[in-house]
Amino acid sequence: MAFDSLAAFIAMEGHGPYVWTCYGVFVLLLGGLVYWSLRQRRQVIAAQRRELSRATASGMAASQNAPAASFTRVKVSQD
Amino acid sequence: MTSDTRAGWRPVTESVGSVRAMKALFLRDLKTAFRQRQDLLNPLLFFIMVVTLFPLGVSPEVSFLQQAGSGILWVAALLSVLLSLDHLFRHDYDDGTLEQLVLQPQPLFLLVLAKVAAHWVLTGLPLVLLAPILGIMVHLDGNSIGVLCLTLLIGTPVLSLIGAIGAALTLGLRSAGVLLSLLIIPLYIPVLIFGTGTVAAAGEGAPVSGYVALMGAFLVLAVTLAPFASAAALRISLSNA
Amino acid sequence: MWQLFHKLGSPKWFFGIANRLMPWLLLGGVALLFAGLIWGLAFAPQDYLQGNSYRIIFIHVPSAFLAQSVYIMMAVAAAVTLVWRMKLADVFVKSVAPVGAVLTFLALFTGAVWGKPTWGTWWIWDARLTSMLILLFLYFGVIALGAAISDEKSSARAVAVLVLVGVVNIPIIKYSVEWWNTLHQPATFKLTEKPSMPAEMWVPLLLSVLGLYLIFGWFACLRMQTEILIRERRTRWVKELVLAGRS
Repeated sequence: MAFDSLAAFIAMEGHGPYVWTCYGVFVLLLGGLVYWSLRQRRQVIAAQRRELSRATASGMAASQNAPAASFTRVKVSQD
Repeated sequence: MTSDTRAGWRPVTESVGSVRAMKALFLRDLKTAFRQRQDLLNPLLFFIMVVTLFPLGVSPEVSFLQQAGSGILWVAALLSVLLSLDHLFRHDYDDGTLEQLVLQPQPLFLLVLAKVAAHWVLTGLPLVLLAPILGIMVHLDGNSIGVLCLTLLIGTPVLSLIGAIGAALTLGLRSAGVLLSLLIIPLYIPVLIFGTGTVAAAGEGAPVSGYVALMGAFLVLAVTLAPFASAAALRISLSNA
Repeated sequence: MWQLFHKLGSPKWFFGIANRLMPWLLLGGVALLFAGLIWGLAFAPQDYLQGNSYRIIFIHVPSAFLAQSVYIMMAVAAAVTLVWRMKLADVFVKSVAPVGAVLTFLALFTGAVWGKPTWGTWWIWDARLTSMLILLFLYFGVIALGAAISDEKSSARAVAVLVLVGVVNIPIIKYSVEWWNTLHQPATFKLTEKPSMPAEMWVPLLLSVLGLYLIFGWFACLRMQTEILIRERRTRWVKELVLAGRS
């Protein structure tokens, strides 16, 4: 241990604010990236599941009187 | 391919060699550009106006202008080249000429080179010719003005060549202008650094031949590599349409 | 060899491999990074010149290191995209570019904050900081171009051309910025170069670099999987996967 006490560890002889800001931003940004990536993935899966369930539902209806063309807009993700 | 179709096809390619095709394209670009003179004038006016902004916005003091003058002129020249790049392929893209060019038997990168050369003659060269006047207005001394013109003479073709890659990549996109600047400005930085650095060295009385040679190396590198990238980018953008 | 190459190009195969790899990457990465950072923060000896502010090095250097090597990896993937039209390579470039941008920003930010106690100012036009800033611009360009072209195939190839043009320019930019820096100011105090670093300093540094590498691998896998789910949503295996509710 390079420090005598916890207080000394936090203060880092006056360099504390700089060091801890850096580590804080580092953790914050990487954490944010994790959150963003996971949420994006969840959203993609949820959207596809909705689309698929709609497709199977309309597919059953369509088998009774199949239209030549449908006007359902296909949602395309811009990602 | 059977031999008779080949026989019918061959004379065309042989009668128009690459060099002749380049020359024809170059002259055509000059001719069409002179039909819309205002388009030629605009980057130059922009160049003059940007340079005017600095004494007004920062300081008209002789000492400041002497020190910052070469940088101001270089940045202004860089921005006006950037502004004019949108026109490089735009007209040909809109009227379908570009698709014809891609289908030509001559290698596309040579044709791109001809187009870029025409672009430089129409925008870069006038900037170089205009630079001495503006150089006097920002109180550069005679030697610095000479060196500045020399660096612009070597540097602006590099700007056109690199810029052509960006122009080809952003062809047909919605906000092409801003995107083009975003892509290209980082790539312009070395040219800017050496352009202004050479003039600064000249101002201090240091020999500049080494720096000029290095800028020449940039130019050679850009002439040999950039047209390939532009040609590839053009093919991609056209397949998109 | 070619079979492996074909497999590598198959999104479905990659998806499965990534699923198996990801827990290990995350676990190993977090463990190494934590070990490195805690060692560096609390146990490594003080630097005799900079005092405790040097402890920023344990995140600054890994971020900067990764920021640069991610661009190189992207360039390799871009070459693969152009030469072999491998879909997965483009998926990599698109998914990894934002991660690279964040890492570059982190390197810049930590460098600036480190500069305050050592140089007495937040920002110095130091050669390394400046070329890092330009690298950030390059990342932004790649992300912007990728977002601007809606057609998947031409977007892939256009981005690949841009990344390759960028990678050719990186050494030139670095060299010219260094030259410019020496022209404008006499040799400043170098941020990371030490005559000799004691083992108590470089071992935790190495640990955190490795840890961040593994975490980057996890990010790459996760974001590539998402991109694959979007692109391959019409295929049977993705439909089955989504309906099964796994992952």
